Formats: sequence, C-alpha cells, structure tokens
Amino acid sequence: MKAELNENFLLQGLARNDRKAIETIYKENYNMIQALVINNNGTAEDAKDIFQEAMIVLYEKVQTGTFELNCQIKTFIYSVGRRIWLKRLMQQNRFSLSDTDEESIAVDDEVEDHENRNAAFQTMEKSMGGLGEPCKSLLEAFYLQKKNMQEIAENFGYTNAENAKNQKYKCLLRLKKIFFSQYKNEPL
Amino acid sequence: MNDDIRILEAVERYITGEMSPDERVYFEQLRKSNPEVDQAVVEHTFFLQQLSRFDETRKIKGILNDTHVHLAEKGEISSPRLRGRARVVYLYNRYKRVSMIAASIAGITALTISALVWSFSPGKPASNQEVTQLMRDLDHKVNRIEQQNVALNEKIETVKDQNQNTPKAPVINYTGGGTGFLIDTKGYIVTNAHVVRDARHIAVQTGGSGDLTAEVVYSDVERDLAIIHITDKTYKAPASIPYAIRRSGGELAESIFTLGYPRNDIVYGNGYIAARTGYNDDTLTCQLAIPADRGNSGSPILNRNGEIIGVISNKQNTVEGAVFAIHSKYIFQAMAELQKDSAYRNLKMPAVSSIRNADRTQQVKKISEFVYMVKVD
Repeated sequence: MKAELNENFLLQGLARNDRKAIETIYKENYNMIQALVINNNGTAEDAKDIFQEAMIVLYEKVQTGTFELNCQIKTFIYSVGRRIWLKRLMQQNRFSLSDTDEESIAVDDEVEDHENRNAAFQTMEKSMGGLGEPCKSLLEAFYLQKKNMQEIAENFGYTNAENAKNQKYKCLLRLKKIFFSQYKNEPL
Repeated sequence: MNDDIRILEAVERYITGEMSPDERVYFEQLRKSNPEVDQAVVEHTFFLQQLSRFDETRKIKGILNDTHVHLAEKGEISSPRLRGRARVVYLYNRYKRVSMIAASIAGITALTISALVWSFSPGKPASNQEVTQLMRDLDHKVNRIEQQNVALNEKIETVKDQNQNTPKAPVINYTGGGTGFLIDTKGYIVTNAHVVRDARHIAVQTGGSGDLTAEVVYSDVERDLAIIHITDKTYKAPASIPYAIRRSGGELAESIFTLGYPRNDIVYGNGYIAARTGYNDDTLTCQLAIPADRGNSGSPILNRNGEIIGVISNKQNTVEGAVFAIHSKYIFQAMAELQKDSAYRNLKMPAVSSIRNADRTQQVKKISEFVYMVKVD
C-alpha cells in the first residue's frame, strides 16, 4: 500500500516537472534499461536515448491527468523501452530481443502514440528553425515564455505593443504555413 | 495578408478567451454560419496545442538531460562504466570490430601522427600585420607578478614599462596558449591550429584540474582548426557534454556569448554577430562584436540555446572590437577528416544541447567545466 502511494506521488511529481521526483524515477530505473539495451547490441548512448524516450512516454501519459498506471512504474518503463528498442532493432533487420528478468506489458498503442507526437515535435522544431530571426525569438517570447506584448515590444525594439503584436501575427502566419506544409496529416 | 492577420487575431482572442461577451456572441454566430471560420478555429486550436506540447517536451527533455548528467556525476547510475554481463557484451561489441584491424591501426596511427606533427611544425607563418591571433602570451603573467612588486621595487617597474613598450612580435610565441573546448567526452578538444603550432609540449587545464598533458591529433592551418587529445592518465571523462555543435551558422545580429582564458581565470564575454564574413570578406569566418583578448583563441562562440556556432580565431587591429570566428561547420569537416583514421572512428560530437532552456548563469556554469586553458611551450 505504502509503495503504491509512493509511486503515485512520483507520478504526480513527474506531471509537474518536479526535479526531485524525476531524479528518483531516473535513478531507480535507468540501469535496468541500460542493461536491456546493451545486452541487445546497443551502446550506453543508445541506452540513454531509449530510457529518456520511455520517460517522455510516461510523462505524456501523466500529463493527460486522467491516466492511471495499473502496473509498477518500473514495469511500464521497461515495457516501453523494450518496445522502442525492438522497433529500432527491426529497422536494422533484427527481429528479436533477449529480455532481462523484468516483466513487461503490452504498450504498442502508447509507443505508437508517442511516435506521432515525436514526429509532430520534430516538425515544430524544424519549422521554428526554418523561421529565422526575429520571428523565432518573438514567437518563443510570447507563446512559450508567456511574456506580455509590452515587454516584448521593449525587448525587441518595437515602438509600441500594437506594432509588436502585428509583427507577432505575421510571424505566426508564417510559422503555421511552414508547419502545416510539413505536418503529416493526422485527423485533427 | 492583412485580412489573414485580422482573422487570425480574432480566432486567437476567441480561443484564449480574451473577447468581451458581446464580441464572443457575435463571433460564435459567425462561426456557426461560416464553415471557414469554424475551420480556422479548429485548426488554430490544434496549432496552439502543438505549440504548447512542443514547449513541454522541450522542457522535459532539458530536465532529463540535466538529471542524467547529474546522476552520472554522482555515480548513481552506472554510465558509461558497466558491470557484469552487460559490460562483457558491451566490450565484446565494441572490440569485435576493432580487434580485426587493431594490428594495422597501431602502425598507421603512429605514422599519421608523426606525419601530422611534421605537416604543421616547420616554417614560420606569413604574419599579417592587421590581424592578431589571440594567443595568450605568458608576458601577461609576468606583468601581473611585476605589478604586485611595483610598490616594493621601482626598478622592476621600469623593466615592466620597457617590457610593455617593446612592440609585441607578430603573434607566435614559443610560450603561449589559448583556449579550447571539449567535443568528445573521451578528451578531444577543439582549438586553433595557430595555438598549438610549433608546440613541443601541450597541457590543458580547466577550473580546479591540474595540468593535463595532451597531444595534437589533427591540425588544419588553412582553416586554423586543431583537435587535441588529452593523453593524461588522470583525466576523468565526464558523462556527457552540455552544449551541442551547430551545423549551420548564426544569423546576423544574433546574440552570442563566449568563455575563454585571456588570463588565468575563465572570462565570460557577451556580444553579437556583426557580419557573415570575416576579414577581407573571408567566408571561412564571421565577424563578431565581442570583447576578446590574447588567450581567447579557440574560445567557443555559443548562441542562447547553448549551441556552438563558431570558434574565435583572431581580431583586427585596425578596427576596435572586430573579432573573427571560424564557422562551426568546419569543426564537422575537421572531425570527418579525423574519423577517416579508424582509430578515431568512434568519436561522437554532442548533437543536442541540454542547456537550451537554462538561464545564462546556469549555462555558463555548466559550460565552463568543458572549456580548457591550452598551454604550449
């Protein structure tokens, strides 16, 4: 019972980017994934990638707020890490993987969902990168750092907030255009 | 275009709830009667969601990278040193490839290194009066000590004055140095070729560490880039490198910063990209407006995401504050050249910056451990 409470506590921490909670989950599970990846033809660097992806899958899950984990965090991370690594191996024409002693559950949907999100993330990253300055910084300041228009006008040297706002919408139009031209269509 | 902006603005204000009740009622009617407006709302809601997801993912990635480095440093995760069966399999995989060609490498490596040493050691460089390479010559040290003695000994003062007044011979000193930064955790450092040219011995040091001996493994005088390798046994490989190396260059007016060793302590400098080309329209380099002094040669130029976009090489004497940096893409070229030698094939440059979202003080704190003072004699 106590262990379960503790796990819930960690998940809540993860959902609000709490470093302490993230560190605890990291510490308790990393070596397990590293052993799996390295036993199956991977490097320490691969292990880091795979583990962090699995963490992000878990993060995405707890972010939804309605997520209930019906297994241990350990089992979830192992299953997701295993699935992702198996997919990578399959790209290299290897179709099997030798398990360590951990138990695992089916997480195909979760991993697929994550892959779509990851593709969207990369599209956005690329679009932002292709946008150029000052548009990129302007949009980041408003939409990501949540600065107000007055502040932005001062930082970027616009005469007033109204001008900055106009510029922001121009930039946003451009970003959307780049993004949607590359975004692999998925039902909205 | 203006219409597009007006629609976008209305849609965004509607989604974020900034409309007044009247406006909102009106807009909702419009949305019902006009499918295009409805479509715009759906699409923009989706896009804003993508933007905020992008932000979240970027943040969590940053935290995860930080955590990894932190835990690895404390030794709480076994990276990259492994134990037991995992280690055996890992080593086997690593050496399987290598062992087949090991014997030949030994010979080739010895030959290549001596060839490299030869290729850049002889000959004095064509000195350019207008451009000073920013080597930290050790006169500075002497000057400092002398300054401390000024009160005690007037004679030394005069010696010092003479010292300062004697024109500094164009660049290369046999005792000097510059700055370098780690590009592979195994102890590979990028610096300027002119910093390590003619060096008989090279030592590097970073905050707290003692002198670590190093040797040149790659040097390209044309582009003024060199890669040196720390051979010292006391060197402890860090778990990972916080910054990334960027393939494409920076933008005009993009703000940048640097860390280097113009004196015996690390110095931070802040500035911007002033021109896409360098001295005399040289396309290898770009011009920066940033404080730099002798000893800044080889200092990394980073953008606000913690990505290296260039390496400081020299400055123009005739123009105050004009400093030139070699584009970071040439680091990739240097690396590719080096990797043609199978002994260096497994070098890996950091591709993702883990300090992207950190504030500047944090970034500098992280980076400073990976920036080295390069000393040559």
